[in-house]
Amino acid sequence: MSADIHSEAFIQEAQELLQELEASLLELEDDSENTELIARIFRAMHTIKGSGAMFGFENIAHFVHDIETAYDMVRNGELRVSKPMLDYSFKSCDVIKQMLDDSSVRAESGEALEIITFFRGCRKDTGDAQNTVPEHQDEPEQGPERTYRIRFEPSENIFLTGTNPAMLLEELQAMGESEIITHITRIPEIEELDPECCYTFWDVILTTSKTENDIRDVFMFVEDESVLKIDVIYESGLDEENYRKLGEILVEKGEVSAEDLAAIIKEKKMIGEMLIEKGLVEQDAVVSALEEQKYIKNLKAKKAAAENNTSLRVPSEKLDSLVDLVGELVTVQARLNQTAASMGDSGLSKIAEDVERLVWELRDNTMSIRMLQIGTTFSKYKRLVRDLAKDLGKDIELVTKGEETELDKTVIEKLGDPLVHLVRNSVDHGIELPADRIAAGKSPRGKITLSAEHSGDSVLIRITDDGKGLDKKVLMKKAAEKGLISENAELSSKEAFELIFLPGFSTAAAVSNISGRGVGMDVVKRNIEALRGTIEIDSSIGKGTEITLKLPLTLAIIDGLLVRIGEQFFIIPLSMVNECIEFKESLHRTESGRCILKVRDDLIPYLKLRSIFFIPEEEPEIQQIVILDIENNRIGFVVDSVIGDHQTVIKSLGKSFKKVECISGASVLGDGSIALIIDVMKIYNSVG
Amino acid sequence: MAENTAVTYENCQVLTFILADEVYGVDIMSVREVMDYTNVTKVPQTPDYMVGVINLRGNVVPVLDLRCKFGMGKTVKTVNTCVIIVEVSIEDETTILGALADSVQEVVDFEGANIESAPKMGTQLNTAFIKGMAKKGDGFVIILNIDEVFATEDVAGLTGQKSAEKEKPTF
Repeated sequence: MSADIHSEAFIQEAQELLQELEASLLELEDDSENTELIARIFRAMHTIKGSGAMFGFENIAHFVHDIETAYDMVRNGELRVSKPMLDYSFKSCDVIKQMLDDSSVRAESGEALEIITFFRGCRKDTGDAQNTVPEHQDEPEQGPERTYRIRFEPSENIFLTGTNPAMLLEELQAMGESEIITHITRIPEIEELDPECCYTFWDVILTTSKTENDIRDVFMFVEDESVLKIDVIYESGLDEENYRKLGEILVEKGEVSAEDLAAIIKEKKMIGEMLIEKGLVEQDAVVSALEEQKYIKNLKAKKAAAENNTSLRVPSEKLDSLVDLVGELVTVQARLNQTAASMGDSGLSKIAEDVERLVWELRDNTMSIRMLQIGTTFSKYKRLVRDLAKDLGKDIELVTKGEETELDKTVIEKLGDPLVHLVRNSVDHGIELPADRIAAGKSPRGKITLSAEHSGDSVLIRITDDGKGLDKKVLMKKAAEKGLISENAELSSKEAFELIFLPGFSTAAAVSNISGRGVGMDVVKRNIEALRGTIEIDSSIGKGTEITLKLPLTLAIIDGLLVRIGEQFFIIPLSMVNECIEFKESLHRTESGRCILKVRDDLIPYLKLRSIFFIPEEEPEIQQIVILDIENNRIGFVVDSVIGDHQTVIKSLGKSFKKVECISGASVLGDGSIALIIDVMKIYNSVG
Repeated sequence: MAENTAVTYENCQVLTFILADEVYGVDIMSVREVMDYTNVTKVPQTPDYMVGVINLRGNVVPVLDLRCKFGMGKTVKTVNTCVIIVEVSIEDETTILGALADSVQEVVDFEGANIESAPKMGTQLNTAFIKGMAKKGDGFVIILNIDEVFATEDVAGLTGQKSAEKEKPTF
C-alpha cells in the first residue's frame, strides 16, 4: 500500500523532471555549449535513474544509465553535443514516459535498445574524438563567485581630469549584482563648497565571478590619485552561520577601533545608534555597514532559495477544500458586516472591519496558491511544434511570451487540449512549406507565437502565426459545399472566420494525420466556453492568423451583478454586463410585438428572464433591463430590479441539477439566502 | 410473511417522521441532521417535487418534497415542517440532500425480527422505495430505502420537461 504511494510520488516527480528535461534539451538545441544546461540535463537524468531504482523501476534506471553516462561525459568536456544525440535524447524522454505508464516496457527492446546503443556508441567514439574536444577551454577561466567590498574615495580633483565617477560605478554594476552606498559626510557647507570638487565617496558591495584585478582595472586611470580598497567579504562555499556583526564590519573597515567597540558593547544597546551617539563614527558609515550586512544576508537567502527551491506537494483536493472554506468565510464575513452595521456598535464594527481585511487577504492568498504559471504548459508545445514541423518538412520556430502569467490550476489543466489543437492547426494549416514561404517573399523559417497576458479580470492567450492566413472565399466556398451556409450568403470576414468553429468543417485539402479531420475547432470552442472563456480569430491573407482566447482568472470566485426577479435573486457574471437601463414595457413594445429595444439608436433584442424561469408573480410596472455583451452582440435581460455588485463564491448545484441548462451554479448571499448564477451563454445559445 | 422472503433484517435505529398522516422512517445512519424549514430557493426548469436549494452552512443542498414525489400532493408548510438532511449515494458518490417532512417524531430501535418486507400491493409507493415495514404499537413504520428514493434516474436525471413542453423562448 505505502509502496504504491511512493511509486505514485516517483511517477509524478519523474514526469516533472521529464518536462524540465525536455525544456532544457530544447534550449540546448539552440545553445549547445551551455554548460549550465548540460549540468541540468545530467542532474535530471541522474535523479530519474536514482529514484527509479529505489522505487523498483529497474527498467527505467537501466535505460537512463547509458544516457546519463553520455551526458556526464559532455559535462566533463569529453564529448560534444551533436544533433543526433539531441534527437535520441528527445526520443529517450518519450521512452521513459512509456515506461512510467507501463512497467512492462523493457530497456532491451525496440526503440529503447536503439537509443541505448546510440549512447553507448557515443562513449566509444570519444577515444578518437579527443581532438574535437571543446575549444572553450581556451575561454577565460571564470572564477568562483565572490562578494567584494570596494571603498572608492576619489581625489577631490577627479572632475578636473574629466573622469566621471558615476561611469566607473556603472562599470562595476555591469560586473554583477551590486549595492552602492554613497557617503556624503565630507560635503561641506554650501558657502565653502567648490562645485568643481568631488566630496563624496562610495562603498560598493559587488558579487561577481571576476577577479580582484578585473575590478582594479576599472579604476586603472584614477587609482593613483584615489583611495581604493578592495576586500573579499564573502565567498561561495565559505559558509559562516552568520555574517559578521555590525561592529566587526566597522572595525574591519577601520571606521572604529576595536577598543572603542568593546567599550560600547558593554553598554548593550543597538550598536549602530551607540556609535553614532558617541560620535565615534559617522552616520553614513553605519548605514553603509548595515547595508553590507543586509546585502550579504539577502545574498545568502537567495542562494539558499535557489539551491533548495522549497515547495510542498499537496493533493489538489486539499486545496479545493481550502478554497471552499475560504468561500464560506467570505460569506460569513458578509453577514458579520451586515449585522455589525445594523447594530451600530462601534467596537463590533471595528472587529468586523479587521476580520474583513483578514478575510480578503486570506482569500487572495488562497487563490494565489491555486495559481500556476502558464509557462509550465508552454514548454510542452515547443516539443510538439518541433516534432510536427519535422514531420511536415517545415521550419518553424515557436516563440513563447508571458510564461509567468498566472492562471487558476483548473483553467490551466482544461486549457491543455484546446491549445494543443490550436497550435497543431497553426503548424499544419497556418505555416507554409519553406519553398512556398520563399516564393511569397517571407523568411523560410515560420514563426508561431504563443503569448499570455493579463487583461483586467481575465487572461488573454494568443496563438499567432505568420503563415498564409485564412482565406474568406475559400472558407465560404467550403461551408457552402458542406451545406453549412447557403450559396449566396453574405458574410463579413469575421463571420467567415467563425465558420471554422462549426462542427464538421475542415479546409485542408487532404486530411493529414495531424489535423484536418474537422473535429477539432468546434471542440476547442466548446472547451473554452466551458471555462467561461471566449475565442476570437483575426487573420489576413498572406500575413498570418491570430487566435485570441479570453479566459477568466479563476473559476471559484467571480464578480457578479445581483438582480432580483420576484422573490428570487440571480447573479449575472459582471464581466459580460454592458449597462443597465430602466424598462417600461408599455413604452418600449414595438408595433410588431417583437421584443426589441431601441437604445441610443441601437436595436437590442431582449428576453424576459421571468418567463424563461417560469416565475409566476406579476411583473412590476417599472423593470430594469441588463444589457449584456455576448460575442460582440448586445442582448438584454429583463429583471425586476438590479441590486448591485456581488463577490460571487461559485457553488456547484451538484448532480441533482445537472440537466438544468440555464443555471451554472449558486452562491450564498450575505443574509444566508441563495442566489442562482445565470448561465448567460447557454441561454443565449438556446434562443439562437 | 417474513418466511416468504429471503430477506432478513438487522436490528436498526430509525428516525421516524410523518408524511400525510403516515409514519415513515429512515435509517439514522444516513441522516445527518434535521433542521427547521427555511427559505428554499426554487431552481427553474425542475419538476414540482424538487423544492429547490437551501443554504446549509455555506453548502448548497437540494431539497425534495417527498409527499409530492410519492404522489401525495404538495407539502403544506406548517410550523412542524422539517428538512431532514440525508446522505445518499448517487452513482457511487455521496451526496447531501434534503427531504421535506410534515413533522419529525423520534428515533426508534427496531429488532430485525420485527421488520417485514414490503407488501407487493396496497401501498401508494413504488415498492423499490421501501426497505421494510416495522411494527410499532398498533401501526406500522414504513422504512424507506433512501438511496433508492433519491436514486439516479429519478433525481439526477431530472430534465427540464416543463420547459421542453412549453415553447422555446424567443426574442
